[in-house]
Amino acid sequence: MHELSITQGVVEGVCEAVPDGQVLRVTLEIGRLSGVVPDSVRFCFPLCAQGTRLEGAALDILEVPGRARCGSCQRELDVDELMAVCPCGNPFLELLRGQELRIKSVEVT
Amino acid sequence: MCATCGCSGTIAPDTAAVPRPEDGGEDHHDHGFVHAHDHGHGHLHAHDHSHDHDHSHEHHHDHGHTHSHDPARAHEPGHRDHADAVTARTISLEREILEKNRLLAERNRGWLAGREIFAVNLMSSPGSGKTTLLERTVRDLGGRVAISVIEGDQDTRLDAERIRATGARVVQINTGTGCHLDAQMLGRALQELSPALGSLLFVENVGNLVCPALFDLGEGARVVIASTTEGEDKPLKYPHMFRAAELIVLNKVDLLPHLRFDADRFTAHVRQVNPSARVLPVSATRGDGLEAWYRWLDTRGASSRPTVSSKPSAEPRPGS
Repeated sequence: MHELSITQGVVEGVCEAVPDGQVLRVTLEIGRLSGVVPDSVRFCFPLCAQGTRLEGAALDILEVPGRARCGSCQRELDVDELMAVCPCGNPFLELLRGQELRIKSVEVT
Repeated sequence: MCATCGCSGTIAPDTAAVPRPEDGGEDHHDHGFVHAHDHGHGHLHAHDHSHDHDHSHEHHHDHGHTHSHDPARAHEPGHRDHADAVTARTISLEREILEKNRLLAERNRGWLAGREIFAVNLMSSPGSGKTTLLERTVRDLGGRVAISVIEGDQDTRLDAERIRATGARVVQINTGTGCHLDAQMLGRALQELSPALGSLLFVENVGNLVCPALFDLGEGARVVIASTTEGEDKPLKYPHMFRAAELIVLNKVDLLPHLRFDADRFTAHVRQVNPSARVLPVSATRGDGLEAWYRWLDTRGASSRPTVSSKPSAEPRPGS
């Protein structure tokens, strides 16, 4: 359940970056290849937010689909799993998107 | 420990006594289990803001009822009606969630590099033979290089005692309910252990093939230990972990004659997830493959400690 640590990281990160005001909404970007389950983060969020300026805040999660570039033929392709192989047969893909774990924005009073 | 979320609280199933904030209790466990709601208290509960979930649920506020909550939208009493917050402003942060861990990991990396210590983060599922491999490694190499060990487990000092018996210096980190080591824990352990200059440091992560993959500790190399008793599909089932490692040690190969484990299939699965990883078959008890493991430690350690002289080796760098 690393999502608990991840969500604690969200709460700490927001508290640090936004020194005052009540946080009403937090928007995260979570890549589909990041290894973090958005539903688990949603579950942990109210628990981690309790007693902080994020308590009661809404949580929006934008899921980012995977995108990679082939190291051989240089084409870009959509990937929905880490084991993806380029149609040219090359398994060495450089992930361009899909591993995001980012606090995108917050809405505060 | 809460079996659902991993926190340190306890769950009383079917309880109606979910503490409310006005009682000063922690409203920590309003998930999963059936509970009766008392909505007679005065918290604001208007759900007139948009939610990021796509389901609907019904509320009956006039009787003690039982319904199972979707944990994702457990409506904690602190949930505010903020539709009238006209002064709200949006701040763009674009900040990495793991920023703090990343910075602490870089601090550890610098600390280790300054002392020319090669730190290996050993990750595996429980029972793969990490501690046995470490015991054997310390006994075989301890005479020519200083070795220290940081043991991560949820509980007990059993592994630390096993390692201490080999003569290596060891610190045990008990993560409690935590399922992985993070850079902060490693930083504290480094201060306590104070490994010798130019030494070899093994960090035995919590036995878990999921969570440790995400947390950079500041180590010099990541190694996954798998074993022949686990099934050859492990790399496909836990791709994040196998992708995070540069070396996969396949332990317990002495048991192969008694198992239906196909080592070639296992290696093919590793390649699928992590084409550049090297697979090293060993038996920590019988000794098969250990020379190759020690050569890897020498070579890889030397490359991460450029100032420590080491004889050149024909051993290819992992991934090359």
